[in-house]
Amino acid sequence: MLAALPYNQHMDTAIEVDGLRKSFGPTVALDGMTFTIRPGQVTGFVGPNGAGKTTTMRVILGLDAPDAGTALVGGRRYATLRHPLTHLGSLLDASALQPSRTARSHLLWLARSQGLSPARVDEVIEQSGLDKVARRRAGGFSLGMRQRLGIAAAMLGDPPVLMMDEPFNGMDPEGIVWMRGFLRSLAGAGRAVLVSSHLMSELEDTADHLVIVGRGKVIADTSVAGLLAAASGDRALLRTADPDRAAMVLEHAGASVTVTGVGLLTVTGLDTGQISTLLAGQVVPFSELSAHRATLEEAYLGLTQDAVEYRAEYPGGSGPPGSGVSPGGGVPPRAGTTGARP
Amino acid sequence: MTATQAPPQHSAVAERDSFACTLRAEWTKFRTVRGWVIGLTVAALVTVLVGLLSAAGSMSSCNGRPCHFRYPVGPGGEAVTDTFYFVHRPLVGNGTITAQVTSLTGLLPTATSGRVRAGQSPQSGMRPGLEPWSKGGLIVKANTTQGSAYAAVMVTGGHGVRMQYDYTQDIAGPPGRPTPASPRWLRLTRAGDMITGYASTDGTHWTEVGTATLPGLPATVQVGLFATSPALTVTTAQGLLGTSGTGGPTLASTAFGQVRLRGAAPAAWTGTQLGTGTVDVAPAMAGGYHQAGDTFRVTGSGDIAPDAPGGAGPGQPLDHTLVGAFAGLIAVVVVATMFVTAEYRRGLIRTTFTASPRRGQVLAAKAIVIAAVSFAAGLVAAAIAIPLNSHVLRANGNYLYPANLLTVARIAAGTAGLLAVAAVLALALGAMLRRSAIAITVVVVAIILPFLVAVTNLLSPGADDWLMRLVPAAGFAVQQAIPNYPQVSNACTVASGCYPLAPWAGFAVLCAWAAAALALAVFLVRRRDA
Repeated sequence: MLAALPYNQHMDTAIEVDGLRKSFGPTVALDGMTFTIRPGQVTGFVGPNGAGKTTTMRVILGLDAPDAGTALVGGRRYATLRHPLTHLGSLLDASALQPSRTARSHLLWLARSQGLSPARVDEVIEQSGLDKVARRRAGGFSLGMRQRLGIAAAMLGDPPVLMMDEPFNGMDPEGIVWMRGFLRSLAGAGRAVLVSSHLMSELEDTADHLVIVGRGKVIADTSVAGLLAAASGDRALLRTADPDRAAMVLEHAGASVTVTGVGLLTVTGLDTGQISTLLAGQVVPFSELSAHRATLEEAYLGLTQDAVEYRAEYPGGSGPPGSGVSPGGGVPPRAGTTGARP
Repeated sequence: MTATQAPPQHSAVAERDSFACTLRAEWTKFRTVRGWVIGLTVAALVTVLVGLLSAAGSMSSCNGRPCHFRYPVGPGGEAVTDTFYFVHRPLVGNGTITAQVTSLTGLLPTATSGRVRAGQSPQSGMRPGLEPWSKGGLIVKANTTQGSAYAAVMVTGGHGVRMQYDYTQDIAGPPGRPTPASPRWLRLTRAGDMITGYASTDGTHWTEVGTATLPGLPATVQVGLFATSPALTVTTAQGLLGTSGTGGPTLASTAFGQVRLRGAAPAAWTGTQLGTGTVDVAPAMAGGYHQAGDTFRVTGSGDIAPDAPGGAGPGQPLDHTLVGAFAGLIAVVVVATMFVTAEYRRGLIRTTFTASPRRGQVLAAKAIVIAAVSFAAGLVAAAIAIPLNSHVLRANGNYLYPANLLTVARIAAGTAGLLAVAAVLALALGAMLRRSAIAITVVVVAIILPFLVAVTNLLSPGADDWLMRLVPAAGFAVQQAIPNYPQVSNACTVASGCYPLAPWAGFAVLCAWAAAALALAVFLVRRRDA
């Protein structure tokens, strides 16, 4: 019974990062980074450049030692894993290749290091579409081909957890579409996938869950659906020939109305159904009425803006990560680690 | 997060298995970079070729014709000098010879006399004096052929009483030099294969100096008195490619009194000059003797000793076939450094540590792989260079000192080991410094520079010796074919292929450097963020 499946005990926590702190000289890279990654989801790890995403990933892989805190993969420190590539596949830097070594040889030494057979190398070469270039030197590869080689390397050990740092970087639109499909299929197969990006738009339609970070700590840990709903709020766009009357009617009903253009109003506090009923009842003409749909980008910018404001307001404040993010402008408080999941 | 944490599975078997995987991965890495494989092939090639060029450029000629050296070979198979004046009688079976030595005097060449030429008056331009290894005394010798087995007890110019036998063996006896006022008594006893030497200051109280076993000594041996004195060599210049010296033969004269031989001696005293009559390589002069009753004066020139490089002879030791190991070493150092620094340069080291988080194991695996391939390259190079370059050296009229199979094997394996351990040192420095150019420079300077300093005689000889004991280049001692014999006066310097440390001791110094560097590298690599 004791020998049974150490991994399964942590099936619901593929990666646990708890209170990571790390400084490089005077620069604080990680300032209490805490989050959990679960299987069956693509988790976007988002934040501006320098927010600590890559450092966190390096700490998870045991490459960098944290000053404090722990990072566990399937309940164990990465460095203690035997054949770690069979537990966690990772792609940090697709250009980290010996240029004179062929793609196949690169995968072959990785396979040898995990006790895997050369047959497995040929499998991942085929899966990642590298058949034609497998025996060419990696030094001549385009960035897109290097990304594919990096993914092949990450998939070599058929790991239940995958972690990729900025995998969309340098990819052409076709590659981005392919990468989205690939990440979705991994999560669909029950794997835990952690993908970092500094551009929220890249994760649109890809991530199920988001860990948004800034300045070395988590700003928000939320499902994508919840974030979008909250960021959209109950705002509606109204185009009308009679903005004064429309505003009067709606404000009377309890909404707040802002003039955002000629004949264009933004209405908060009522949904589109209520607005159209009210305006129709008072015979106020309108040519367009639509619920406002926030993009992930907008939601993200709102969040990071708050983080900056918060810091400006309380310099040196160091509460639990994310705890100080005060809701402003319709942004929800940070969702708990267990809350707001689809 | 539950409290149940999987216990880490760290059995010894798992560790070994994980190390085997890391080792296979590192081997795969090495063999799949063509430049590295070519680099090691080049290392083997230049080791052979530089030695070949050196051999091709090393010509010896005697009066415009190729020399035909005939070195006597001692019972141990080594080249020996066996040139002395011998006053002897046959001795059948066991017996004892005793004599009083009343003086040991000699003549040395003056600074300007140089080599004595044929036809020149032999003693013109000489001054009184003794070479420290001028010697005279009693000797038991299998026969009067050069190179035959012997045992002797003697007084010397500067090293007191000695017991020497079969050329390479030397035992110290009481110090001091005999004078007419304070003579020495010497005694040599044969009992079967055993010869025992004694010394005394009064002819009554005897001290045993040593015992020699001469296996297969014939029943009838030649026993008697001898005198000889090695050529004096004064080093005048040392350069990268060799040593120039000047000097000349010396002469020793030993006065014996109360010579007694007990045992069956069926013939009278005869004087025989060994060496100098035939083509001989060491400068020596003809000797002679004068007898008056039981009093003798024996005068001789030459030596009874192993022949060694840097001495008077023009012979070349076998390690001259492997001088190219230097160039090979540099190529190996470059490849070994790149084996780790290339990963740092590309960031590939992070992939490596992601695949094998036990960083000490990664460095150990890299060290094993690079050491193994460097050893193989060195062994192939030595296997080609030794016979090929020996052939070329001999074809050019050079004399090559004989070496037994064990010595040849040691030189070949030692050269391979030298490359292997230097590769580990380079790998360790590469891991420490993480930059190819800096690491390669440091290793080349650490290995080559002290060697060049010693060879080019920038420091005093004593400082050279200490330098070559301490630096990684001490490992080159493993290539030294002929040992340093303390009982031979020669200019035994690094330039002439003599190292202050014994072969394996010198190699151990290099190993210690490599081990220390690797330990420090493991410490740093474990501690640093990758």
